[in-house]
Amino acid sequence: MDRRTAFKKLTASLLIGAGAISTSCSTLASDDAKEKAQIDWEEQFKGNYKLMSDEEKQDTINRLMRSYELRTGKTISMTAENPAEDVLFGYAFNISKCQGYMDCVSACVKENNQDRNSEMQYIRIHEMKDGEGFKFDKADDNYYHEVPVEGHFYMGTQCFHCDNPPCVEVCPVQATWKEDDGLVVVDYDWCVGCRYCMAACPYDGRRFNWSKPEVPESEVNKNQHYLGNRMRKKGVMEKCTFCVQRSRKGKNPACVEACPTGARIFGNLLDPNSTIRWVLENKKVFRLKEDLGTDPKFWYFMD
Amino acid sequence: MGRFKVLKSLVVDSLDTITKGSIKYHIWMGVLTLVMLIGMYCYSIQLEEGLSVTGMTDRVSWGLYISNFTFLVGVAAAAVMLVMPTYVLKDVDFKQAVLIGEGLAVAALIMCLAFVVADMGGPSVLWHMIPGIGVFNFPNSMLTWDVIVLNGYLFINISIPFYILFRHYQGKEAKKSVYVPGAVLSVFWAVGIHLVTAFLYQGLQARPFWNNALLGPRFLASAFAAGPALIILVLAIIRSFSAFNIPDKTIKKIAMIVTVAAQINLIMLISELFKEFYAPTHHSESAYYLFFGLHGKNALLPWIWTAIPLNVIATIILTFNRFRNNLKVLYVCCFMLFVAIWIEKGFGLIVPGFIPGPYGKIVEYLPTGIEIGVTLGIWALGAFVFTILAKTAIGIELGELRYKKKETIEDRH
Ligand code: SF4
Ligand code: SF4
Repeated sequence: MDRRTAFKKLTASLLIGAGAISTSCSTLASDDAKEKAQIDWEEQFKGNYKLMSDEEKQDTINRLMRSYELRTGKTISMTAENPAEDVLFGYAFNISKCQGYMDCVSACVKENNQDRNSEMQYIRIHEMKDGEGFKFDKADDNYYHEVPVEGHFYMGTQCFHCDNPPCVEVCPVQATWKEDDGLVVVDYDWCVGCRYCMAACPYDGRRFNWSKPEVPESEVNKNQHYLGNRMRKKGVMEKCTFCVQRSRKGKNPACVEACPTGARIFGNLLDPNSTIRWVLENKKVFRLKEDLGTDPKFWYFMD
Repeated sequence: MGRFKVLKSLVVDSLDTITKGSIKYHIWMGVLTLVMLIGMYCYSIQLEEGLSVTGMTDRVSWGLYISNFTFLVGVAAAAVMLVMPTYVLKDVDFKQAVLIGEGLAVAALIMCLAFVVADMGGPSVLWHMIPGIGVFNFPNSMLTWDVIVLNGYLFINISIPFYILFRHYQGKEAKKSVYVPGAVLSVFWAVGIHLVTAFLYQGLQARPFWNNALLGPRFLASAFAAGPALIILVLAIIRSFSAFNIPDKTIKKIAMIVTVAAQINLIMLISELFKEFYAPTHHSESAYYLFFGLHGKNALLPWIWTAIPLNVIATIILTFNRFRNNLKVLYVCCFMLFVAIWIEKGFGLIVPGFIPGPYGKIVEYLPTGIEIGVTLGIWALGAFVFTILAKTAIGIELGELRYKKKETIEDRH
């Protein structure tokens, strides 16, 4: 921490340079502008969320909320809720129920403030022919026709929150990691955008912000979590977090809630009375690409 | 204090040398500067708009930048093939080539670092990668290994030639006890940088095309062909444009290295192709895509089918003594090999790794004009750096640049 403070001081004059100095010295500059410069400055040189104390976490979310207010005049609420004790999240997907309606996809986009321009989606629904098994290469994951189509079945993929995630292993700066409740998360402000994690993920679980993500102000979900649906910037990695802003409050992720057929089951794997445990114990479940040893916490099953 | 004075005079002298030269030299440097400026302009657009101005997408998330990076690590590593025989085995023929080779390594490494920075989504937070002030994911992430070995190699390749030139500049002999240990270290280090870079890809179980035990060794073999091939071409140019004396014997010896490496590379290529096509599994799809196209998508075919014949023909020609010893033929072959390996180790390696995607989707990749502009700019930067280094080094070696001998230089101009 000491060195970081030293580094901060050292670069202060260099980086912010003319811009910040002129704003803070100028009598014309409003207090807001000064405050904004101060916030940007502290945000630029804050540490990795994973290593922050609870107090530091609180500081950064306060800054982010204030910065949003300064920029848009609207307030948001952001939390830095830590994982609860004795919770390990898991997910199951019922292949025989999914009809390919994609309500989960649109709910996810809305809930997680994904970029509307690039139409970023965390979930992909693959339309497959009955009787052929999983032929991913022949499946269509970008259809616009009416569903369900006769003779087809549907399956969804997204980040599987692997228990042994290769994406975490490869990140050079530890900008992505597995939380104690099993969620694999990204610190958007720490990510340097090398996309190594994306190359390492066998499940196409990650999405990159190739340009500045944009969400119309009226559609922004203002209920945010630092590691979840807060606004991202360009050049950073993001992904499904099992809606950390909801799941840590005991709610289901948005996709589970939105699914009209009940194909999606979510819950605490450590709770013997949870539905997810019931599915794992009573259904024939399987996971994708198990030979890779990534141990996804995402199971498929059939009725 | 005395050293400092010498250093100062060296800097002044070398600035003097690199700003003077023939018309051709000035045109060359002018063109490079122009290309660099264009590259910077393209990069400024990329900074403003984000990586969306490149051809990369979520499905092919590394492209031209990382391809060039991978190839250039090999070029940098190749300098070692010259260092070893000269400094360690006392084979004097190579001595001239070594300084050039190390200069080339420095230029290649600077280009590598530039390509990595150009590929970053958030260059403004790159300090997160600096050990000490950032958070380093060592030893888990191969990328952190790569950062360490590349910078270490850069340091070695700057310090050894600098030491030697600094001594020569003062008219003194360089002390063996100082530079030989460094040279030995650099030999191992060069193998290290290339293996680590190969492991960057090789370690990803998600990408079967890379997850292949031959990747590392094949990287080395192709690097030891392409790198010295480039050195031969550069030596040929230096020979015709300066008084620097490079005997035929040196070039022929390097040609031998190129030949053997190219032959080994070809054997490994055959082994790879055999595995992919004799008993194909669905893991062979990337190779199929690369060589024959998949489901009507075949953007890489023209590339790879340029590379393979170039590679094979050049290797065969080089194998015969008679052809190899004919310098004109040799230069052509070196150029062919260089291009072939650039395609193979760049485009032919990185892009198919992403195609088909994890779920079989085929999305093709084509670099955009901006990407090409930045890439050319970085190559120009490399050439610029190399020219400066080589010109100074040659000046010192020829005795034109000497401490306290400035008057004589002034007379000559
Ligand atoms: S599915 Fe991919 S992104 Fe998600 S945890 Fe596993 S490896 Fe990481
Ligand atoms: S893109 Fe970001 S999260 Fe992914 S490996 Fe690079 S720094 Fe880590």
